Amino acid sequence: MTTATAHEAHDDHGPARGLSRWLFTTNHKDIGTLYLLFSLLMFFIGGAMAMAIRAELFEPGLQFVNPMFFNSLTTMHALVMIFGAVMPAFVGLANWLIPMMIGAPDMALPRMNNWSFWILPFAFTLLLSTFFMEGGAPAGGWTIYPPLVLQTGDAFPFLIFAIHLMGISSIMGAINVVVTILNMRAPGMTMMKMPLFVWTWLITAYLLIAVMPVLAGAVTMLLTDKYFGTSFFTAAGGGDPVMFQHIFWFFGHPEVYIMILPAFGIVSQIIPTFARKPLFGYSSMVYATASIAFLSFIVWAHHMFTVGMPLAGELFFMYATMLIAVPTGVKVFNWVSTMWRGSMTFETPMLFALGFVVMFTIGGFSGLMLAIAPVDFQYHDTYFVVAHFHYVLVTGAVFAIMAGAYYWLPKWTGNMYNERLGKWHFWLSTISVNVLFFPQHFLGLAGMPRRIPDYSIQFAEFNMISSIGGFAFGLSQLLFAYIVFSTIRGGAKATDKVWDNPEGLEWTLSSPPPYHSFTTAPEVK
Amino acid sequence: MSEAHGGYYVPHGSHWPLVGSVGLTTLVVGFAMHLNGSDIGLSTMFAGIAIVLIMMFGWFGTVIRESESHMYNEQVDKSFRWGMGWFIFSEVMFFAAFFGALFYARILSVPWLGGEDASTHALLWEGYSAAWPTNGPGAMGGAFETVGAWGIPAINTLILLTSGVTVTFAHWALKKNNRGPLVGWLFATVALGFLFIGLQAYEYGHAYSDLNLTLESGVYGSTFYMLTGFHGMHVTIGAIMLAIIMLRSIKGHFTPDRHFAFEAVAWYWHFVDVVWLGLFIFVYWL
Amino acid sequence: MSASMKLRGRRLLAGAGLMAAAGSATAEWGLNLPVGVSPIANEAYSLHMLILWICVAIGVVVFGVMFYSIIKHRKSKGAVAAQFHESTTIEILWTIIPFLILVGMAFPATKALIAMEDTSNSDVSIKVTGYQWKWQYEYLDEGIGFFSTLSTPRDEIFNKAAKNENYLLEVDNPVVVPVDSKVRLLITASDVIHAWWVPELGMKKDAIPGFVNEMWFRIDEPGVYRGQCAELCGKDHGFMPIVVVAKERAEYDQWVAEQKQGQVAAAAESGREWGRDELMARGEEVYKSNCVACHMANGEGLPGAFPALKGGAITTGPVAGHIDIVLNGSAGTAMAAFGGQLSDADLAAVITYERNAWGNDTGDVVQPADIKAARLTDS
Ligand code: HEA
Ligand code: HEA
Ligand code: HEC
Ligand code: CUA
Ligand SMILES: [Cu+2]
Repeated sequence: MTTATAHEAHDDHGPARGLSRWLFTTNHKDIGTLYLLFSLLMFFIGGAMAMAIRAELFEPGLQFVNPMFFNSLTTMHALVMIFGAVMPAFVGLANWLIPMMIGAPDMALPRMNNWSFWILPFAFTLLLSTFFMEGGAPAGGWTIYPPLVLQTGDAFPFLIFAIHLMGISSIMGAINVVVTILNMRAPGMTMMKMPLFVWTWLITAYLLIAVMPVLAGAVTMLLTDKYFGTSFFTAAGGGDPVMFQHIFWFFGHPEVYIMILPAFGIVSQIIPTFARKPLFGYSSMVYATASIAFLSFIVWAHHMFTVGMPLAGELFFMYATMLIAVPTGVKVFNWVSTMWRGSMTFETPMLFALGFVVMFTIGGFSGLMLAIAPVDFQYHDTYFVVAHFHYVLVTGAVFAIMAGAYYWLPKWTGNMYNERLGKWHFWLSTISVNVLFFPQHFLGLAGMPRRIPDYSIQFAEFNMISSIGGFAFGLSQLLFAYIVFSTIRGGAKATDKVWDNPEGLEWTLSSPPPYHSFTTAPEVK
Repeated sequence: MSEAHGGYYVPHGSHWPLVGSVGLTTLVVGFAMHLNGSDIGLSTMFAGIAIVLIMMFGWFGTVIRESESHMYNEQVDKSFRWGMGWFIFSEVMFFAAFFGALFYARILSVPWLGGEDASTHALLWEGYSAAWPTNGPGAMGGAFETVGAWGIPAINTLILLTSGVTVTFAHWALKKNNRGPLVGWLFATVALGFLFIGLQAYEYGHAYSDLNLTLESGVYGSTFYMLTGFHGMHVTIGAIMLAIIMLRSIKGHFTPDRHFAFEAVAWYWHFVDVVWLGLFIFVYWL
Repeated sequence: MSASMKLRGRRLLAGAGLMAAAGSATAEWGLNLPVGVSPIANEAYSLHMLILWICVAIGVVVFGVMFYSIIKHRKSKGAVAAQFHESTTIEILWTIIPFLILVGMAFPATKALIAMEDTSNSDVSIKVTGYQWKWQYEYLDEGIGFFSTLSTPRDEIFNKAAKNENYLLEVDNPVVVPVDSKVRLLITASDVIHAWWVPELGMKKDAIPGFVNEMWFRIDEPGVYRGQCAELCGKDHGFMPIVVVAKERAEYDQWVAEQKQGQVAAAAESGREWGRDELMARGEEVYKSNCVACHMANGEGLPGAFPALKGGAITTGPVAGHIDIVLNGSAGTAMAAFGGQLSDADLAAVITYERNAWGNDTGDVVQPADIKAARLTDS
């Protein structure tokens, strides 16, 4: 829909008409649009569940939902947000931007690209349908630890297979990104000339290919333990419930970086544009990203400090985890020095990027505190952890996605979004999100466990504040949806460059760009 | 159906991916219903499998037709290669999960249960001593015997290694455009593949009926059947793909310098081979 | 909470810019880790404060530079962009300095960790077993043991009565320990993973079915310390609190003696014949503390997850089948084997109760002797 008005002018024959354009498309922009809209929908569904969680936690006592359903809400909220909202949003951005940034006509494997997307609506239909099954939706947390998750009712195999399908989709999407970047660059676009968004996605794609199959293996073992009598996770048979946690987090920790590396990429595109100054250290940014990715494979057990690992294991995982602060620090310092002595303006994308830098770093600091094993014994499974990961995920990943959406929306649609509304969206979101998540640090430190539907009265005040912030943040996102849709439908015409002097091949194309991005390879200086 | 852009082939819309999604969904919904005790679960699942097969015929058929009518250039060929390479890497990681489980059980959990973790042993599992193979302190599934390494598994190792050689001979023949030997060596490879599967099936039957080694035989049975089972599934897929490549060779597809599909299947076959070596060493032998 | 902590807490809050929302009641709210009453808790607390302040300091520097340039180097102020980039010296500096800071953190962390993991030379050993949803404590040297279940009235949970100050943090049988003694816990679980955590004791350990984990504490002041299960364990994960009562050694010894006597009395209870009304009354008690979480007070269960006992096939069918499922549980479901958790008298009572409550009216009376007989045929 974004290119519908413009393609006639540029394209030899353009897209098919009607529904079949979207169902059968092999075009990277159409598929990117599908991913992004799907992700927005999932963000609202996952957000609605979060609102229900915050409503139940508004006051002590059981109000609206029974404890079982509360656990389902927590579990499904996380699964929908991670696999439905954040990951597809990044894949959507990759689809839209990577071919345009490296000077390619399209993604390398366009039909498979279509399939990567069209598995997702089916997978999420399966997942969400479990709400209506005997025994309710999965309620064992998104970390699906056995033996608890094995008590799930009819929903259990649907949960497992939905995860399999999401995995297939992610792996295919990631292979496509890798192949596109390795094989489709315009002549002269050497690796060390690629925009950072492309670099971060290349590394993210490797992470995906390496860990999604491991998750598939882990959930397959859950399935056989429940239905086929295996004892991977049962001590009586020589297995160990903790073994699942090791396999899960071998996937799970790289997974959290899968959700932040592309965000680093987006922010690294935006800050130089609005500081009007080149990125301070391009190559160190690339090496830092690669180091983070490498380290992400050897820190997984920091999620499991309380399971009773041998001391040597605890020490190793503590040290390795702390090390991640170094390359991440390199990134933060780079962004700050890019701003230093720049000539800054503060359009909405820049505001979100700056919000990202500050609030992601706060989340990073709490991550570092969690990494200190002897104190993690206190923090673990409390709201301190919930606060940590919402800072890195919501004000990190989601803020970066929004920054990217504002930054490239004029390019995609040919229309300028409403700057005044955009700024309102930023300020409302930023204030409310801190009211929402900052008090959760205090709750956690004071001893409130996570994943509970009711709490003792000493936690009442901060929970109420947090819930109020949550409702405000949720409502603010309605504004985002409004801005996006109204920009798709019209608005002031955007120029090809859109911003003052942005770096990158995508700005050399028209706004909106032609249906097939670069039909002849551009020249790269 | 083709459209070249900047020298690159960008295919038009295709309905096969969507058919594939419908097929996969039907398949897993059927299986899930079956596991939940529904009567129509299995038939739904088979309907799903049928749809997936139709999709594969249609999709691969289209790609083969496009390839044979020379719509793909070098760059497309390279994309396919990278794609297949990384797909195989993802398969390696899938097996890594199960190998990880095997090593975890052997190196950590079984010794802990057997006394290395003193309080676990004393308070919960007194009387159990660590050993491998084991069905755990609960003696899950009852006493069992293992399949020795030097019977069928060793023969199967030879078979797979040989098939790795025959497929390479086939490749050499193809590079010299010797069609006769090409088909002959491919046939030998396919035959070895199915022989392997046959022996494996026989061995499973033997293990189940004579040795009481089942999926339920504690963590040994679990890792044994999951690893060998997923491997066997991959051998089956590989052998079917080899058979298709053989049919295509008979039809005269492929040229000495352009035969991505052949190479992709050969890579896959070597991957299956290497996994087997890991299995032979860590599951059967040591 | 100590006065200095309140002060620190206030400052933290102010730093967060939440002062307006927080008002003046901050003191009671609990903002920070408790200092704790066990050496390892103190250590965790000071380590926490150390890392926190280091992070705050780094944050002040980084955000300080950032906001300085946001304010000074803006286009609207006429700033012209410099074009510098890449400086190997700076890059090396900002790699090395954070690394050194981390090394500085790692030293005290390692020391604390080693101390925490050292469970040797303990004075008291208690085996702790997590169940859905209660804790069992067995004093390994004394041969005493009991279950500990949430005692908050349901009316408070469902907002029909005002909540008391220990809402959700109170149990029927707290675990009692002596002060100034190294108490070692041997933690495990019978069904799913739980985690035993009392913040003031400074340590949290998962209770893993089939494995035993260890932790220790040494309380220096008599008092009541409260905590909660800290690993998602199903429906009532939020409702399985932990209460530790620390007593002077003499009082503790007296308590142990009482417990031992109580056990003798309980054995006698199971040896005698019971009257029907007696069984029903006791049965209702037992049902309330053990079964109500799943099968609900009205016996209707939760459709799909927990079966109704009201008019159920088993509860109104043959007595033997009923005894069997309660004694031995149902494998692969949440229905646990209560044979190891309840005495013969309690089992007889709860089964009698279920067979006659909610209009089940089978008229059956089950005696402790019947349970004893069923146990014998099982083994
Ligand atoms: C986008 C997602 C994301 C990101 C980027 C991170 C980043 C980090 N995370 Fe987080 N984490 C999660 C998502 C994420 N995490 C989630 C979802 C969970 C919970 C899962 C669950 O249980 O459900 C979790 C849980 C979690 C735990 C387990 C807590 C527990 O359950 O007990 C730990 C423990 O070590 C941890 C650590 C870290 C660290 C050290 C980083 C580091 O990468 C942070 C590095 C950044 C900085 C440190 C700031 C910038 C650096 C500087 C300015 C340089 C100078 C700084 C110093 C020298 C201090 N995280
Ligand atoms: C990327 C991932 C992501 C994102 C974006 C979010 C976003 C949010 N999350 Fe969540 N969350 C997780 C990942 C994420 N979360 C994970 C991994 C867990 C752990 C799960 C587990 O323990 O297993 C978790 C757990 C979690 C908890 C703890 C639950 C528990 O322990 O029981 C809470 C509680 O406050 C919470 C709240 C929120 C809120 C308020 C938002 C908000 O940011 C959401 C805002 C968005 C909207 C609200 C949608 C848009 C608006 C509307 C739908 C309009 C209607 C609005 C109103 C009626 C006001 N999340
Ligand atoms: C953790 C949840 C839980 C608790 C606590 C629990 N039960 Fe159950 N109970 C179940 C489940 C689940 C089943 C169904 C088992 C099955 O499907 O085989 C069940 C089944 C039963 C049945 C058989 C009902 C039927 O018709 O199938 C009886 C009788 C029973 N429980 C009695 C009790 C008694 C007595 C107690 C307390 C002493 C108790 N339960 C505590 C979960 C629980
Ligand atoms: Cu027990 Cu949570
Ligand atoms: Cu992690």
